Amino acid sequence: MIDEPWSSILSAAVYILLAPVIGGLVAGIDRKVTARMQGRVGPPVIQPFYDVGKLFEKENPVVTTTQNFYVLSYLVFMVVAGALFFSGGDMLLVIFAFTLSHIFLVLGAYASYSPYSHIGAERELIQIIAYEPMIIFTAVGMYMVTHSFNVSAIVSSGIPIIMFLPGVFIGYLIVLTIKLRKSPFDLSTSHHAHQEIVKGVTTDFAGPNLGKIEIAHWYEYVFLLGVVYLFFGFNPLIAVAAIIVAYFLEILIDNTTSRVKWQLTLRSAWLVAGTLGIVNLGVLYYLRMVVAP
Amino acid sequence: MTYLKKSPWIIHYDASSCNGCDIEVLAALTPLYDVERFGIVNTGNPKHADIFLVTGSVNEQNRQVLINTYEQIPDPKVVVAIGICATSGGIFRECYNVMGGIDKVIPVDVYVTGCAARPESIIDGVVQGLGILESKRLAMAEKRAGSRAKAGDAV
Amino acid sequence: MQISQFLVFLILFPLITALFMVLVRRDADRNWIVRISAVVIALITLYLLFVAFDQGSLYFAFGSEQVGQLMFVIELLLAVFILYLGLKYRKSFTVALILVQAGLLIFFETGLIPGIHPVNNLFIDQFSIIMALIIGIIGSLICVYSLGYMDTYHQLHPAIKDRRNLFFFIMFVFLAAMFGLIFSNNLIWMFFFWEITTICSFVLIGYSQTPEATNNAFLALSMNLLGGVAFMAALVYIALMDPSGRLFELNTLITSGYVIALVPAVLISFAGITKAALMPFSSWLVGAMVAPTPVSALLHSSTMVKAGVYIIVRFAPVLSGTPEGLMIALVGGITFLLASCIAISQSNAKRVLAYSTIANLGLIVACAGVGTYNLMWVAILLIIFHAIAKSLLFLCVGTVEHSIGSRDIEDMGGLIERMPKVALMMFIGMAGMFLAPFGMIISKWAAIEAFTAAPFGLVFITILAFGGSASLFFWSKWMGKIISVMRNQVNVEGSIKTEMWAVLSILTALVVVVALIFPLISSMLIEPFVMHIYGETTRLAQANLTIMILMLALLMIMPFSMLFQRRDQILTHPYMGGRPTVGEMKFAGSMGTTRDLVLSNYYMRNYFGEEKLFMIGVLLCWGLVLIAGVMLAGVIL
Repeated sequence: MIDEPWSSILSAAVYILLAPVIGGLVAGIDRKVTARMQGRVGPPVIQPFYDVGKLFEKENPVVTTTQNFYVLSYLVFMVVAGALFFSGGDMLLVIFAFTLSHIFLVLGAYASYSPYSHIGAERELIQIIAYEPMIIFTAVGMYMVTHSFNVSAIVSSGIPIIMFLPGVFIGYLIVLTIKLRKSPFDLSTSHHAHQEIVKGVTTDFAGPNLGKIEIAHWYEYVFLLGVVYLFFGFNPLIAVAAIIVAYFLEILIDNTTSRVKWQLTLRSAWLVAGTLGIVNLGVLYYLRMVVAP
Repeated sequence: MTYLKKSPWIIHYDASSCNGCDIEVLAALTPLYDVERFGIVNTGNPKHADIFLVTGSVNEQNRQVLINTYEQIPDPKVVVAIGICATSGGIFRECYNVMGGIDKVIPVDVYVTGCAARPESIIDGVVQGLGILESKRLAMAEKRAGSRAKAGDAV
Repeated sequence: MQISQFLVFLILFPLITALFMVLVRRDADRNWIVRISAVVIALITLYLLFVAFDQGSLYFAFGSEQVGQLMFVIELLLAVFILYLGLKYRKSFTVALILVQAGLLIFFETGLIPGIHPVNNLFIDQFSIIMALIIGIIGSLICVYSLGYMDTYHQLHPAIKDRRNLFFFIMFVFLAAMFGLIFSNNLIWMFFFWEITTICSFVLIGYSQTPEATNNAFLALSMNLLGGVAFMAALVYIALMDPSGRLFELNTLITSGYVIALVPAVLISFAGITKAALMPFSSWLVGAMVAPTPVSALLHSSTMVKAGVYIIVRFAPVLSGTPEGLMIALVGGITFLLASCIAISQSNAKRVLAYSTIANLGLIVACAGVGTYNLMWVAILLIIFHAIAKSLLFLCVGTVEHSIGSRDIEDMGGLIERMPKVALMMFIGMAGMFLAPFGMIISKWAAIEAFTAAPFGLVFITILAFGGSASLFFWSKWMGKIISVMRNQVNVEGSIKTEMWAVLSILTALVVVVALIFPLISSMLIEPFVMHIYGETTRLAQANLTIMILMLALLMIMPFSMLFQRRDQILTHPYMGGRPTVGEMKFAGSMGTTRDLVLSNYYMRNYFGEEKLFMIGVLLCWGLVLIAGVMLAGVIL
């Protein structure tokens, strides 16, 4: 239950205004660290902002008018879902709102009836169903530890959630690689020049639409890292450190692995969810129900 | 402030090149030259690109592809012909199947000669292209403002 | 008029219409009678809602010995009819089953019944009102739709004998039987109506009289008869247990505690499993898709199969907490998971809808079998949302099939250009099945949260997580297929009749409206019902409801953004690696040839193939059924 509506609306507003900035910086730091790992200098950290600014300066070619609608909906519902999370709402509803927003991106890619977009859309769907079980287990795991699905209660519970959900946390990090579109799971589109199906999902988007997709990704980064924070919410400093370490690990994995096929992605993600997730939850269930109710 | 100069994305197309110039283009992306520090990204998708780097000359097989790819790049855009083959046909100029340089089919803004063109020249050419890109952007923005004002007058 | 008179009216009025269907010769006359009946039924059902919604549970001692005897006679006649057909078509399993069932029936009626007097034969409560609304409104709409559909059907299939009189006769008999089923408090009466629905399904599946249709009709008949035998066994058990006959009243049976009620509850739940086509009995529903689409929409997605889950939900308080209930719930859960996965590999649109129906029925049974109070709330919510969205989708697929000549999803590419309005309605129907903030995903959300508090809930949460992902995949790729904008498409929507548009539009509006007003339905009907049964109830938090309504509103206004974005855009062509994409899209082949571009969805038949997964489902679910049976035998002895 969201107890104080005004503070939750305030948090949501802060998210809506600040998340693009923070997300863009995260993306920029990502590129800088990647470059350093590859022995290069790399772009300035605020390069993503230049990129998006440039995209809005270009003209807007679309294959069909509906693409504008799908991309705008993708962005709008991404913001809504993230705002819901940061205002302390129900974690499962947040997950389903995110799914809604991702489906709009997929539909936008389908709408253009082009081969690269189409394959990108199918792969994006496979990615979505690959990570969905694990993040549902994350939400259920947090409920089992804190007895609430509401993010506001989970954050303020003071319980060291990571102690109870280590398996779920590792599982979440693995599917985070899929959500962040990093190697080895960057099947549907990639931020780098790893061109397999041209740009996959984003092939037929250009100019302002591509800019909106990029901004939506920034909103998403902030949410995804926010979930990492929840595991360590009992101590904000440790949580921020965990976020930094986790993201660094993601960049490292990105730069040291190559893309796998979708079959392996789907199987390994479901296997991870099935083992790490269920076993962790099962042990927790047993402990809570049988040993110490 | 304008962002086009800070974030020029390139698409690189090999028309009929021997790959010599292509290797030099890709070398520019390697740590030795590292053009990503200027914000340059090699996207493989013309719809995402601002600068069109073409190597090699035009023949019957790639003529239509060149035109299609060029048309799919959103405005404002700049074409950079890399290597002497893209500029004028190079040593293959008088072959029966070679039409000549790429300016026979698409408008070229910058010519980077050489066989193979060096990465330093290529980077120099791209930077000059940035200046042209900027002036095209201004022209486009003025036209857009003009047409909006006209629409406003008409109403 | 008293409420009991309304109930009887709703049961008898469709029978009168059915009679007219047989007598009337001209199409125009038939059409008018159907339309008027449909409107009357819908209006009376709505009136019943307004009159009875706050009355709680009401029981009526309607009926008498004569009704019971009439039912017995009709049942015997039907048994003879089935026996004759079974022998004629050499279906030995069917013959065996009908002999067993008839034998039990005769034993029951002659040996056990005399002296048994259940009193309260009819009843109504909030759950009955919900079911009545589904039958009355959705059923009537589908009957009206059938008028135009069957016209086109017979034009397209001149080889099939035009037996439309029989078709509409059976449709209205079916409606009457469904009303009877949900208003019956007397289990003997309920069995009678149950069997009538089985016969209706049998006749309608075999409507086209092709060998395939006939075989599938008998498959459906034998599986439903298997359930009927179990139902009959339950009735015999009750008669032997309680000679006074009061236990035949559903409400008395349920409240008598699980010690007495468990055996009949499990046996009748088995009947419900066969009727709801859960695994291992799912093949009859998939086979039933050969029937004309209105049959699939009415019987095999929104009403008859709902009768199967309806009775399991009724018995949920008895099953709750028992190992047999858990077995039944697991049958439902495994069906949900496997059927959702199988649907990924199907490209025939009606099969996808069939497997999706089976999956969702499995989910409802999983909730009912575990049977805590919040899971019952979820189960009823699922029933409502699924009935509306699935019937809309079936009718749309039927319309599409008649316009483009195919029911394969791969042929539905670009539907948004060829049939824009129908494609939009399909889009909304599909969104209603899996997207937030529409009904089904809200129910799944509530189910996950409810299972956290239930015993063995983690198993079901796992099933929901994976099954939900699978269903997301097949709905999204179908959705993507129909909204692709292809080139050079011709609009073929013009030939659809007005009243079919009306039906489709009403159902589409219902999908949206019910998603908006479900809190009202919950507080008016579902919560009082759950409170009455369990003494406590649940609802979604007010904050979450507000958020969902806002999201729905946002979703409704987003498409208007397209009007504002027209100015700055430039229409261009897709990217195909530099290939020209102005006219048709072709790749360059070798030796100067070109290859046409064909885009098709992923079906992943190696992973989600029907045979393998169906085999797993059959094995697991038979195992569970047998375990439950063994446990039950232990209870009896």
